[in-house]
Amino acid sequence: MTTATTATASHEHDAHHGHPTGIMRWLKSTNHKDIGLMYMIFGTTMFFAGGLLILLVRAELFMPGLQFLNPSIYNQLVTLHGLIMVFAFIMPLTTGFNNYLIPMMIGASDMALPRLNNWGFWILPPAAILLLIPFFLQFFGIGDGAASNAWTMDNVALDLQSGIGMDFTIVVVHLLGISSITGAINVIVTIFNMRAPGMTLWKMPLFCWAWLVTSFMLLAVIPVLGAVVTMLLTDRHFGTHFFIASGGGDPLLFQHLLWFFGHPEVYIVLLPAWGILPTILSTFARKPVYGYKAQVYSFWAIGILGSFVWAHHMLSSGMPLAGELYFMYATMSVSIPTAVMIFCWIATVWRGSMTFETPMLFALGMIVMFGIAGLTGLVIPDIAAYAQYHNTMYVVGHFHYPFFGGAVLGFMGATYFYLPKMTGHMYDEKLGKLHFWLTIIFFNFTFTPMMMVGLAGVPRHLADYALKYTEYQMLSSVSAILLGATQLIFLYNIIKTARGNGEKATAQVWEGAQGLEFTLPSPPPYHTFTTPPEVK
Amino acid sequence: MDEDIRQANRKLVKKLLLAVAAASVFGFAMVPFYDALCKITGLNGKTGGAASAQTVQARKIDTSRFVTVELNGNTMQGLSWEFGANQNKLRVHPGEIVMTAFHVKNPTNQALMGQAVPSVSPGWTAQYFNKIECFCFKQQTLNPGESKEMPLTFFVSPELPKDVKEIALSYAFFPIGNGS
Repeated sequence: MTTATTATASHEHDAHHGHPTGIMRWLKSTNHKDIGLMYMIFGTTMFFAGGLLILLVRAELFMPGLQFLNPSIYNQLVTLHGLIMVFAFIMPLTTGFNNYLIPMMIGASDMALPRLNNWGFWILPPAAILLLIPFFLQFFGIGDGAASNAWTMDNVALDLQSGIGMDFTIVVVHLLGISSITGAINVIVTIFNMRAPGMTLWKMPLFCWAWLVTSFMLLAVIPVLGAVVTMLLTDRHFGTHFFIASGGGDPLLFQHLLWFFGHPEVYIVLLPAWGILPTILSTFARKPVYGYKAQVYSFWAIGILGSFVWAHHMLSSGMPLAGELYFMYATMSVSIPTAVMIFCWIATVWRGSMTFETPMLFALGMIVMFGIAGLTGLVIPDIAAYAQYHNTMYVVGHFHYPFFGGAVLGFMGATYFYLPKMTGHMYDEKLGKLHFWLTIIFFNFTFTPMMMVGLAGVPRHLADYALKYTEYQMLSSVSAILLGATQLIFLYNIIKTARGNGEKATAQVWEGAQGLEFTLPSPPPYHTFTTPPEVK
Repeated sequence: MDEDIRQANRKLVKKLLLAVAAASVFGFAMVPFYDALCKITGLNGKTGGAASAQTVQARKIDTSRFVTVELNGNTMQGLSWEFGANQNKLRVHPGEIVMTAFHVKNPTNQALMGQAVPSVSPGWTAQYFNKIECFCFKQQTLNPGESKEMPLTFFVSPELPKDVKEIALSYAFFPIGNGS
């Protein structure tokens, strides 16, 4: 902090409750809207970075044989894509939405812990740079590249990879973990202590409920991830044998601990999208959310059940039959609360006066894609059939349906839904609809062929494949590149709207919009609800 | 923000940080817990140490049936030894004490240290597999070009359920030292 800026800040402070301008406004911001925006911009940037990396991979898979990438670079790109999309894109993006929206939704003036909020965000950019540095250093002859053992940080790397990439990744996982934990603590404290008078827990929008469950899951499992990567670090450098068999450790223990975090992580990614979806559906169906309480209970049921099914990721690791049966039935039981939610979504729009603006298209698209995700996933934990699916492209195709078809489509819808609120201007509806239809088409043509070649036996994490799969792989690659290009329409639309093009948005924005955030003008003033609203 | 909200916030943060600390401890506590669980259930095919004198004494030879014991040895990355069982398949009676051996050779031009880690399949039969003497109990050092016969003495417990006809014992030789 320089004296000059302090002077400016205090000067403005004297004049009015102003805030520092320029870069200092963002570096020092404790305002939930500023921090929320920074999270969203950071997340979107990483979305494009992670997407670019995987397009290189798809380019390599366009034809059999090795054209552009050697297998090591190929696996580094796949690993970075996974780590970036999970930890640096979707988690920060959903955190951005919770920062921006939760205080306005519950009638609070800000998040409960604004300084922690600032700190939680500013850990992210250095972490993202640390994650990517080893990849670029290898081209200057330093180190052997980024981690290349998938986002699950498979610890065969103890033997296979002794370079700096893995160590960087371990540090980054710690940093991102700290950021997530601070964010989760902030959400819980805000929701429990900062609600406006009359805003009971049972009156909160479902998005707040979803984030409450997510936050508790983060607090429960991120420290376990921290513990497991710490053990990995000491195994690599300080002579411990937590996971090294020659010293009495067990490599399988790593997988158990990693997936004890890794499976709840799936719901950490998905819950916020499930929370925002009913709001969008009820707005454009002009009907109240159907089964509000049922959905809240489903969130909790999924959060709890989902924490005890982790070993379905390792059914081929030689567990006893009783263990395999337990994990199969437990996994399948998660589909019950999930089905409750899907039926509630359908019942929400059922016989409503629907209109099909872009957010609604994304929301409806998400229901269908998420349905496919559920159905293609239901067969995988079947222990009789699992061997055929394990480690194949089928799994890759499947999990992109919940991640992209669920979380990403959900938050694209949420972006269009709240963009007029955030910017004060309507986005270009035509471009929005074009973006939706192209996304949904290319998304399906990217990932369905993957499931097909996977069923035929193409494994994951391999830069090459047999000649007979060429057509499917080509289709997938071409669609992936077009899917990536389509997102530029999205970016253009957002930037155009943010720059003030498009007609002025009203406070309510959408005809059917409910909720405290839609009682505020668009864009909302810098400080909102400094005196709490009265909620009836 | 009111002072009492601040107070309440601080209180809740402390509780939540405690929860985070508890979750971290839980993560590390899983290590001994997992070991204990594996030992009790025989999960993962981990065999125990040397069988105690009582177990050896108390055994009865069940001559009414045979169990096929398959032996197998691999070396892991970083340890380029030649390693394998002298006999790959043994037909034994449950309770019978069997002596066999594995051979190992260090064809490299440097002395190397290794540790063999046993694994029994199917995993849950590990509790019926008793070793009296095994080269896997201690680390092995081989000089350049040296080769060794390494004895293994074991018996399969007569309590082994009757429907098990085959047990596989596999050794993985891991390198020791050189930073691993």
